[in-house]
Amino acid sequence: MTFSPQLEARFEKLLKSYPPGRQRSALVPMLLYAQDEVGSMTDELIDEVAQRVGVTPLQVNEVLSYYSMLHRKPMGKYHVQICTNISCLLNDGDKLWEHACKRLGIGNKEVTPDGQVSLEEVECMGACSWAPAIQVNYDFHHFITPEKLDQLLDSLTKKQ
Amino acid sequence: MLYNEPSPLETKVLSRRFGAPNSASIDTYLADQGYQAFRKAAGMKPEEIIEQVKISNLRGRGGAGFPTGMKWSFVPRTSPKPKYIVVNGDESEPGTCKDRVLIENDPHQLIEGVLIAGLAVDAHAGYVYIRGEYRYLIEVMEKAIGEAYAKGWLGKNIQGTGFDFDLYAHSGAGAYECGEESALLESLEGKRGIPRIRPPFPAVVGAFQCPTVLNNVETYCAVPAIIRDGGAAFAALGVPKAGGTKMTCLTGNINKPGVYELRLGFPVAQMIEEVGGGIPRGRRLKAMIPGGSSCPVLTAKECEGATMDYDSMSARKTMLGSGGVIVMDDQTCMVKALMRIIRFYAHESCGWCIPCREGTTWLRKILVRFHEGGGTRSDIDLIGDIGKNMLGRTFCPLGDAAAMPTISFVEKFREEFEDHLAGKPCPYEHADHGIEVLSLSR
Repeated sequence: MTFSPQLEARFEKLLKSYPPGRQRSALVPMLLYAQDEVGSMTDELIDEVAQRVGVTPLQVNEVLSYYSMLHRKPMGKYHVQICTNISCLLNDGDKLWEHACKRLGIGNKEVTPDGQVSLEEVECMGACSWAPAIQVNYDFHHFITPEKLDQLLDSLTKKQ
Repeated sequence: MLYNEPSPLETKVLSRRFGAPNSASIDTYLADQGYQAFRKAAGMKPEEIIEQVKISNLRGRGGAGFPTGMKWSFVPRTSPKPKYIVVNGDESEPGTCKDRVLIENDPHQLIEGVLIAGLAVDAHAGYVYIRGEYRYLIEVMEKAIGEAYAKGWLGKNIQGTGFDFDLYAHSGAGAYECGEESALLESLEGKRGIPRIRPPFPAVVGAFQCPTVLNNVETYCAVPAIIRDGGAAFAALGVPKAGGTKMTCLTGNINKPGVYELRLGFPVAQMIEEVGGGIPRGRRLKAMIPGGSSCPVLTAKECEGATMDYDSMSARKTMLGSGGVIVMDDQTCMVKALMRIIRFYAHESCGWCIPCREGTTWLRKILVRFHEGGGTRSDIDLIGDIGKNMLGRTFCPLGDAAAMPTISFVEKFREEFEDHLAGKPCPYEHADHGIEVLSLSR
């Protein structure tokens, strides 16, 4: 399996970051960075990363199933993650979530038919003082109202 | 960047460079006494550094509040193994968003704190574990680490002191549990974040089976000021048994939410009214969680006369925790609030300890049913009992983190649970509560 030169450079740096014989330490960040490029945890990707860090594919599976950001199925080009945890809830994060489901016609961890947008109801993302907060891929958006969400989704889908 | 206006009531020690142009760059840091504390520490004996940290009364800022100097002193000096400094930047406790601004605005302060910890325990490598959602902070941290290497503040023979130190940024991938120190170490080693049985504690057997100092981002960020100005000066900023300031995140129903650096012992009422600008829409305070969703809730009455420090909170049978203050106004449905908190812990339980795995799952099921109007009178005691049976019966604090709010919500807001028995869905859901959206499910 081939990765972009940037990702290869990241992997190389990561594998050198841990004590000798501890290459397995690179596993979690490697999976996340690889998912960003490949789109999801494909069998091929799991085999490749397993081989690079010196564990079995089963061990990689065991690890990836624990972490909520690692997905076996591909998400949309724009993965919209809405926090409904307590600080966001108190600022109507739950209503924002319902609005997003209705507007996109999809539910949790589902993707629009054109593959552009996916939705996930996530736990606290560390933006509690700027609630309700969402993340589109890795970008934070603070103080989001249904209107602002609509504008954001419009601008994302126009970009294509 | 800054996400909120600073307050004149802040005591800016850790956040003093926030808002300065290029506050994250090494040049800004060096121009403002940056790395001077490291130079000073390099001329001190390790036990002198630890002594200053003890004098400062610095307590762990991640939530547990363990005295930092004491934690450092547990690292065995004579161990032939390499030692490690690990930074807990897995900030995931609901209500908490302070480590994010500390790294974003001043990563070199963190690096300097780590270096001083390295000097104190003779460690020569460290890892900054940052939650996966904070991807941009990985870039900020890697850039800062790169600058520090380029200017000789990391690497071999730092500034001619003969001290070597390597630092790496390490990303998580979404797991609250990894904020627990031993689960974090498992994750750092490329495994599922399942907590380890302790003892041995990380100070003796930590990362890669070696002695390890593991503290929260904010804890390390306080160290340069302690060494630079002396432990006593830092201690004097706070209250007798807890020194310094606390990065405090005001969240929930509050007019000026934000992250503010307040001296320990800051009055709760002043924090809500003056720093936070009071409660929106003319509503009144119903309840407050002082330090992240795992802390027992305080009623408005209990908040009277309370101060933001470990002892004042412990006298009210709650905790200062991580500094994630969650303010709830008089229109908040406490059943719904607890239900959402428990949904979180059920999602995040790693499943290793049965009281936590089963307890959080059943609490979630009962609370969801209860809030939707399907509760029975016996459920109220059952919810409290499940919480009490989880408390203290798990290997890591996640079980307690779910049990403590549960017990306190049921005890302090029992009448709201009883109000839900009337048969219809939530009596506290007011039409004027914010925006109106048609629900798919109703």
